[in-house]
Amino acid sequence: MSDRPLPAVDYLKIPEDGDPYLEGYKCSSCGAVFLGARSSCSKCGAREGMKPIALSNTGSLYSYSIVHRSYPGIDVPYISAIVDLDGGGTVKGNLINIDPDPDKIDFGMPIEVVYDDALGRKDRDGNSYLSYFFQPR
Amino acid sequence: MTDAYVVGVDMIKFGRFPEKSVPQLGSEAALMALDDCGLKIQDIQALYCGNLGQSSGMVGQRILQQIGQTGIPVVNCANACATGATAFREAWTSVKAGLYDLVLAVGVEQMGKGLLGSAGGATGIPKEGLLGSGTMPTVFAEAGMEHSRKYGTTFEQFAKVSVKNHHHSTMNPKAMYQIETPLETVMNAEMISYPNTKLMCSVNVDGSAAAVIASEQKARELGLMNRAVKVRASVLTSDPWQERDLVMPDVNSCTRKAAAAAYEMAGLGPDDIDLIELHDCFATAEILHYENLGICGDGEAGRMVDDGEVALGGRIPVNVSGGLLSKGHPLGATGIANIYEVSTHLRGEAGQRQVENARIGLTHVIGLGSACGIHILEKAAA
Repeated sequence: MSDRPLPAVDYLKIPEDGDPYLEGYKCSSCGAVFLGARSSCSKCGAREGMKPIALSNTGSLYSYSIVHRSYPGIDVPYISAIVDLDGGGTVKGNLINIDPDPDKIDFGMPIEVVYDDALGRKDRDGNSYLSYFFQPR
Repeated sequence: MTDAYVVGVDMIKFGRFPEKSVPQLGSEAALMALDDCGLKIQDIQALYCGNLGQSSGMVGQRILQQIGQTGIPVVNCANACATGATAFREAWTSVKAGLYDLVLAVGVEQMGKGLLGSAGGATGIPKEGLLGSGTMPTVFAEAGMEHSRKYGTTFEQFAKVSVKNHHHSTMNPKAMYQIETPLETVMNAEMISYPNTKLMCSVNVDGSAAAVIASEQKARELGLMNRAVKVRASVLTSDPWQERDLVMPDVNSCTRKAAAAAYEMAGLGPDDIDLIELHDCFATAEILHYENLGICGDGEAGRMVDDGEVALGGRIPVNVSGGLLSKGHPLGATGIANIYEVSTHLRGEAGQRQVENARIGLTHVIGLGSACGIHILEKAAA
């Protein structure tokens, strides 16, 4: 079992010394930004020149849904949010620290990415995980 | 290149048939489509079968093992919710290419109940409810909310789609449900993923549909032109790159691309279309496709449903079958079931829900991931 939390997804990076961040890959030819590692660009077809970049921890809410029914054992309601990060990259995650009420949620509202334990979820080996969340800023 | 015609087409009444196997369900529609044009399985030169749930299970061959093992080529297709349309298109392609002049397309699905979607990867920890939601009601809610963001489309307008389609289904004996659902009932139903309530989600049902496609010469030779339906366009697209599509599946771009290609192939425009069966997997999705298919301008979809332009008797009736919302959505069958629906109107055989003087109709499906299939059909000149 790892003595440190593991990243919940492979595009969440946890440096030995430093703060966690989300990693994107940017195409040197056309500038498209993708979540996670890749060797080619699906926008322009370039086969090389994909460079890892640290994505911004700020952005704005693009779209969302309030989930009232999910799979068994998942706490509801919660907000499933799609956030455009400043400087490129779009990420999906839970929007927290705001009421799950459409009257309280504004399209385009400023968001920050925060990192925390993955809601207590552990894998079969008992490892803990670090995940990311969105909250209003 | 020859023209291709639907000469026989039918679907079973959608429902829940746990006692039947997938090949049994597929066989029923296959035989019904053959009966519709008075042909036998021995007349068919190739079978194109669409099924998702048993996509590695040789469903097409197992259908022939039920109804006649004639040794013909069988192609099994899986393409998410565009599976049936893909099988139909492969069949059409083979006739257009001159390879065969009489082929069969079958779409079939047996569904469980409950939420469709991805619960996350097999390793690590489950991601549902941790990194947002991957359930289909949520994914399509987020797509609908993008429309709200752009144009102010309301929960009530989305709900009206479901009221309309449920109303249409009261006139379709092959629909899963024939129940009126007033606006308050739709809006007050259990909220699944805002703004989609339970009555704004398509019904998981078992079903099958099939079509016999013939070349023009063969259709004439067999004396089948009087009820034949000409395939004016058949188009399949995948999702072109969009900046958000890795986290937000894009059902719009692939539909717009397919619609433009279909209208061009048919030499027609949206104003020429008399009825549409489109992919209302969720009420939020239907709204998007009025604009994607060009039957109104961008931002006008909410008004279209408010004004009843898309209801039976309106300017351009959409989903008069009851749609996926009430007729039901057996994934692999849906793309051929909507060809059955449009063909039935073009033949003037749709009974109470008949779109008057229907001459040209369009079918549309979306497979998330993504695939879009569009067919434009026209009543053949006899």
